[in-house]
Amino acid sequence: MPDGEPEAIPPPQSAARGHLYRRHALVVRVTHWINVIALTILLMSGLQIFNAHPSLSWGKSSYTNRAPIFETGAAITADGRTIGTTRIFDHTFDTTGVLGLSTDGGRQVAKGFPAWITIPSFQWLAMARHWHFFFAWLLVINGCVYLAFSFLSRHVARDLLPTRLDLRSIGRSILDHVRFRHPTGAAAARYNVLQKLAYLAVIFILLPAMILTGWAMSPRLDTALPGWVEFIGGRQSARTLHFAVAWTLVLFVLVHVFEVLISGVWNNLRSMITGRYEIAPELRPREPM
Amino acid sequence: MSAHRESPADSESPGRLRRNLLTAVGGLLLGGCDALSRTDWFPGILKAGETLSRRVQHAVTARKSMAEEFTERDLSPTFRSNGTGNPNDAAYQALAQAGFSNWQLQVDGLVEQPMGFSLEQLRAMRSRVQITRHDCVEGWSAIGKWKGVPLADVLTLVRPIAAARFVVFHCADPMDGHGTKYYESIDMEDAYHPQTILAYELNDATLPIANGAPLRVRVERQLGYKMAKYIMRLQLVDSFAAIGRGRGGYWEDQGYEWYAGI
Repeated sequence: MPDGEPEAIPPPQSAARGHLYRRHALVVRVTHWINVIALTILLMSGLQIFNAHPSLSWGKSSYTNRAPIFETGAAITADGRTIGTTRIFDHTFDTTGVLGLSTDGGRQVAKGFPAWITIPSFQWLAMARHWHFFFAWLLVINGCVYLAFSFLSRHVARDLLPTRLDLRSIGRSILDHVRFRHPTGAAAARYNVLQKLAYLAVIFILLPAMILTGWAMSPRLDTALPGWVEFIGGRQSARTLHFAVAWTLVLFVLVHVFEVLISGVWNNLRSMITGRYEIAPELRPREPM
Repeated sequence: MSAHRESPADSESPGRLRRNLLTAVGGLLLGGCDALSRTDWFPGILKAGETLSRRVQHAVTARKSMAEEFTERDLSPTFRSNGTGNPNDAAYQALAQAGFSNWQLQVDGLVEQPMGFSLEQLRAMRSRVQITRHDCVEGWSAIGKWKGVPLADVLTLVRPIAAARFVVFHCADPMDGHGTKYYESIDMEDAYHPQTILAYELNDATLPIANGAPLRVRVERQLGYKMAKYIMRLQLVDSFAAIGRGRGGYWEDQGYEWYAGI
């Protein structure tokens, strides 16, 4: 069985199965799935909130002498059609159907993000805020539980911090990833170095940045420490960063799900549900590296 | 991927199944969230977030923590008018015609000394000038320079009784066809905050009608909808039960949070 071809990974009932070991602790599994729910709802309710003012600026306020850096809208063309537009810096794109103008309940509606990606699906800012703040608190509390467990159980030190050897093998790990090769045997029991760095970035950079930029939008929390919001460029910069980091997290999730799918989807899913992960027996690659 | 394009060797169901599953899960998620939003009970659970935000924000910031004040360089070229831009109300229009010379701010409710204040009287009191950022619940911000009388000074004159817990702002702008006029409320902590002022000037000029003439309140540690415009009357109360639909403000009665600190 050549490593790196997902269809070649034996199904669990196959005779070629290796051994099962406990990969994920209960706290890690539970907090992972709470994150899935919370982040999904935060993204979708956040886009509904964005739709109330589908424009992003850099600076202390939205009304300076500079134009917004990102904006969606609806416009009427020379031949009388209504189109959805998205402007990024000086470039305007026709994004009819997705951004600026989309179909909701059979009608064309001028709105930032379309109904299928927002909570609630129709324009309802007050309700989106209730969803958003409830699940923001859930994410924060869940994150605290995860961090407390991960430091106390040495999960961070043992499983997430790259070793010196890991760091030296980054080049090879990148090559393995672009060739969709995945480790087998003992190496599969550990996270690879890119995986470690990606998880560390999400846990210690991206999620804290989401929370911090969220706080920066609170007029009350802005008073906690005089001028702290100006350190991240002002309140509207914080809103822009909140949006940008949210999509960076979406990018992470896409890559994460892709890797899960191609490196043995059932094995991965089982390990995040029951904790048990199957190590395939070490196999010789079909071609020399 | 359409089923026709799949090679016969592939079992054609997994791809389609997966796609249908994704669509179903997506539909269920969206439909479920919409349905939950419309129930009587679920938003009540979600609103635990508001309570938690209010408690934690009060715990980590001082009672008199100050909102950031900016410089003239930061002023927005024009201060955006949102919500009502010109109240569609005959009595208000008559007051505006006369340059608000007949306008009076009534202050009553749970106070020892109910009083009325003309614009001239308010202007003669101690004033505070502040350049602050106005954050709308929609997401935009604008920076303006405000001049007005600290609400604390007005309260000192009318002497609230101990039972008074909130200041309710009754405004002149009609919000619907049924005669509902804008109303808002803040607690005594915000009412006595040094930056809470009854503003009659914006950017060194008389407060324009678009921004709430003759008087609007600034509550700098909360969102814009708390900062009532076209104020006619202040009422000190111990509960919102008799105000609108009982949630303390026009937008609160439409489902927005009473505590608008985020």
